[in-house]
Formats: sequence, structure tokens, C-alpha cells
Amino acid sequence: MTPLLDVSGVTLQYKTPEHLVTATYQVDFQVFPSDRFVVLGPSGCGKSSLLKAVGGFLKPVEGEIRLSGHIVEKPGPDRMMVFQEFDQLPPWKTVKENVMFPLTASGRLRGREAEDRARSYIAKVGLDGFVDAYPHMLSGGMKQRVAIARAMAMEPAILLMDEPFAALDALTRRKMQEELLGLWDEVRFTVLFVTHSIEEAIIVGSRILVLSPHPGRVKAELDADDFDHRAVGGEAFQRLQTRIHDMLFADRVEAHG
Amino acid sequence: MADGMAKPAPPKRPEFERVLPPMAAIGDVARPLSPFEKLINLTSVRRILIVLALAAIWQAYGAWLSNPLIFPSFGAVLDALWESILTRNLLWRAWSSIVVLAKGYVIGVALALAITALAVSTRVGSDLLSTLTAMFNPLPAIALLPIALLWFGLGETSLVFVLVHSVLWPLALNTHAGFTAVSDTLRMAGRNYGLTGLRYVAGVLIPAAFPSILAGLKIAWAFAWRTLIAAELVFGVSSRSGGLGWFIFENRNELNIPEVFAGLVMVILIGLAMEGVVFRAIEARTVRLWGMQR
Repeated sequence: MTPLLDVSGVTLQYKTPEHLVTATYQVDFQVFPSDRFVVLGPSGCGKSSLLKAVGGFLKPVEGEIRLSGHIVEKPGPDRMMVFQEFDQLPPWKTVKENVMFPLTASGRLRGREAEDRARSYIAKVGLDGFVDAYPHMLSGGMKQRVAIARAMAMEPAILLMDEPFAALDALTRRKMQEELLGLWDEVRFTVLFVTHSIEEAIIVGSRILVLSPHPGRVKAELDADDFDHRAVGGEAFQRLQTRIHDMLFADRVEAHG
Repeated sequence: MADGMAKPAPPKRPEFERVLPPMAAIGDVARPLSPFEKLINLTSVRRILIVLALAAIWQAYGAWLSNPLIFPSFGAVLDALWESILTRNLLWRAWSSIVVLAKGYVIGVALALAITALAVSTRVGSDLLSTLTAMFNPLPAIALLPIALLWFGLGETSLVFVLVHSVLWPLALNTHAGFTAVSDTLRMAGRNYGLTGLRYVAGVLIPAAFPSILAGLKIAWAFAWRTLIAAELVFGVSSRSGGLGWFIFENRNELNIPEVFAGLVMVILIGLAMEGVVFRAIEARTVRLWGMQR
């Protein structure tokens, strides 16, 4: 089976006014169709930079990123991003217009077709009643649902999610994780999901890439397909959680010791 | 504990659960506002009240001073205003001012958008804009009028030239500030859709920066209006019809002081109408609707 997304030997660097920071160093991983591929690591492991590189916003200084065999060079609507920040939705567009915007801007669909597609995905995330609302009238969780509907309506090759639930309260976050899994069950899209929460990684992911911090290097790739919310607190779940925790914690001991 | 003191612990209390009666049995959760509360919530009503109060103070002071040559009363000015509209073509003069203003304003806005679009797409453009606005924004447009008259002769072209100058720099400065304040997330979302170049500027940057652009449009309008009236006051004889500024100048020469005030009131009324009707309507349909401004 050929991978959908092939990241090989990717080193990412960015400049601050004083330093040239290496965010990730020679990272390899492969994402296959219908994977829920989670990139997990503490802050400073370059996981967000990695996602931005796949999104085409950041150029690797070494290595290459291939999507369906083609090298990723610039942002494009075949890789739709869902960001953590609530201001990712243009405030001057209603929920429906927001979901239609990428469809029409990329020339994929127009007019009636775009509207029908938008409505069906808005219904999928349970916002039928808010089609004509503006983003400022919505709660944080509803805004993230719109962002997810917007990304899914494009039916992209891969969905890129950058800690999409991190700014939500714990109850809403749990609900959104369940809904995302429900949507995946229905549509079977491929998603690359970045998080710093071990629990979220195990619940959401089918496969977990663990990164070490400063700079991000691949520490492990683990299987997590058997766990959802019902597994939380179970013995196997806790064993995996402890295993990942120890992996990340071991780094800190090294760094300090 | 070594000293025998117990650490404080929260007291144990019995648990309880309540069955809550429906709220309808208790009373309304929300109460509709009274007609007076609704009326006083209207911005236009509150502002008209302020204008009326100021007019009353004016009238009282004018009556007390009773020297129409220095400070005519509000009533006398209203009479003069009405008289001027009927017999001295005041509305026509105001209109000819507005037409010149509109020409300068539209050209200035177009140039400002073009130069800021250049500034956001290239670094040279950004440096150019910063330098030019730093140089020309503090330069009073009216100071350019003598040169404009030299270049373009006595007439409308010179007025339009100084108007463009008064509109261009403050608007470009505001628009550029608005563009640079657009969040990275929104920029990335726009580029994620595959938007580039002018479509990106028109589809993402301009609406996202619209509160700043609108503020710039308001400032530019006020600058342009001031510049035009001042230019007409000084050099108004140049244009054949003569606008509002020239009307004020003529009447001062003839010591028709209530008419001078009437001209000033006309300038203020047009300013109020522009702010209270045109800009408020734009705000209500854009930044307020989008929740970008309260």
C-alpha cells in the first residue's frame, strides 16, 4: 500500500529576531488513507511547524514532503487546515458563507452546488439552526464546528488539525472529540491531528507519532486504534498512557540531568 | 503533627439534590424594555437631544448678548439660512462644493487603495508608503494650493489636486495599519483556500481590515471637507460658480454676519449628515453586523 502523505527527513527552521531556531530535525513518517494520524509532543517539539510545513506554509530546509506523490510547495485547498484560534473564521461571512468560501474561492463548486454542499456539511456538525449566524454570535465550540465543516466540505485529500480543541473547555472538548470520531466513522477521511494531550492523542488517534522536544525528532510511532472515550480509565488505555508519559518524561530527566 | 495542632479540614456536610420547578411558575426570565428605555437606547435620539440642547444654549446667549454683528442668535441664523436657500442659491453652492469634493475623494481613495495594495505585496512598497506618509501626512493640503494653482491654473483641477492630497495619506496610513493587524490565522486560512495576489487582498485583507479602513475613510472625509472650504475661502473666486467657502467669504465682506453663520451651519449640517447617515449606514451593514465593532 502506498502512503498518502510521505514526510521524509524533514528539518524545519525559522528565524526569530535573534536566533535561527531548528523546530524539527530529520523527521520521517507516513500517513495512509483513512488514518487518524496524531502528532504528539510537548510544547517546543515543532509539531505545529510540522503541520504548517505539510500545509505548505513553511518550506523544509532539508528533506521533502509528498502528498499523493507530488511535492508540497505551497498552500492549497487539497490540504484544509483547522486551527486552534477562534479567529480563523472570517467574521464578515455567515456560517453558510464561511463554509462556501473555500469551495468558491478555489473554483471547485459554484452557486447552488456550493450552497448545497455547505448545507449538508453544516448539518453533519449539527449547526443546521445557525446557517445565517455570524461567527461573533457563536460559542467557541460552535466556531470550531464551523471550521471543521468548512474543511470537510472541501473533501480534501487530508485534513490538517492544529490543536483544534485546545482552546475549548473540558466538557466541550470531550464532546467535540466524540463528534470528530463520529464524523470519521461516517466519512472515513484522512486526518493529521496535532496535540499536546496524551489522552486526546489516544482517544482521537489510530496512530500516534511521539516527538521529542528541542528540536522535534521522532521518538516512537504507536498504535492506538482500539481506544475511544469508553476506553478511558481502562487498563490497556492506562498502560499506553503511562508508556507515552514515560517517553516524554524521560526526555526531561535527560535535559535536566 | 509535632506541635499537636490539627491541620484545618473542611467540615463534613450532608449532600442534597433538588427537583427544580419550571421557571414559568416563578416569573419571566426576560422583561421587555419600556418605550422610554427603547427610545433612549437609540443613538440618533440621544444625539439629536444634544444638538437641541446646544441650540438652546446658543439662542439664550445670543439673546442675552443682543449684538447680531458679533454673535447673532440661533433664530436669526435659521432665518438667514432659510433666506439664503430661497434667494441666494445656498443649496446650489453647497452642491457645487460637494461635487468637487466627491471627485477629489474618489480619486484619493482609489490611489490610497492602490498604494497600500502595493505596500502589502512588496517590501519596497511598504518602505515607500511609510516614508511618503511620514513626509506628506503632516503637510497641510492648503499649503500646496499656491503650487497647484501654478501647475493647473485657476480652477477645479487645482482644488481636486489638493483634495487628493488631503485624502490619500491619512487613508493610506489607516488602511496599511489595518492590513498589518490582520491575524496570522486569518491570513493562513485565506492562503489555504488558494487565494493569492489581488484576490487575496480583496477577499481577505480588505474585509478583515475594514474597521481601520472605515476609520480612515471618515478621517479622510473630514480632512477633505476642511481643505475644500478653506481653499474656497482663500481662492474660491477662481472657480466660476463659487462654493460654500466663497459664500461665507462674500458675506463676511458685506458684513452679513447671520449669513456667514448660515454658511457655517450648512458646512456643519453636511458634516453631520455624512457622519450620521452615510457612515452610520455603512457601519451598520458591515463592521457592526460582523461584530468587529460595538
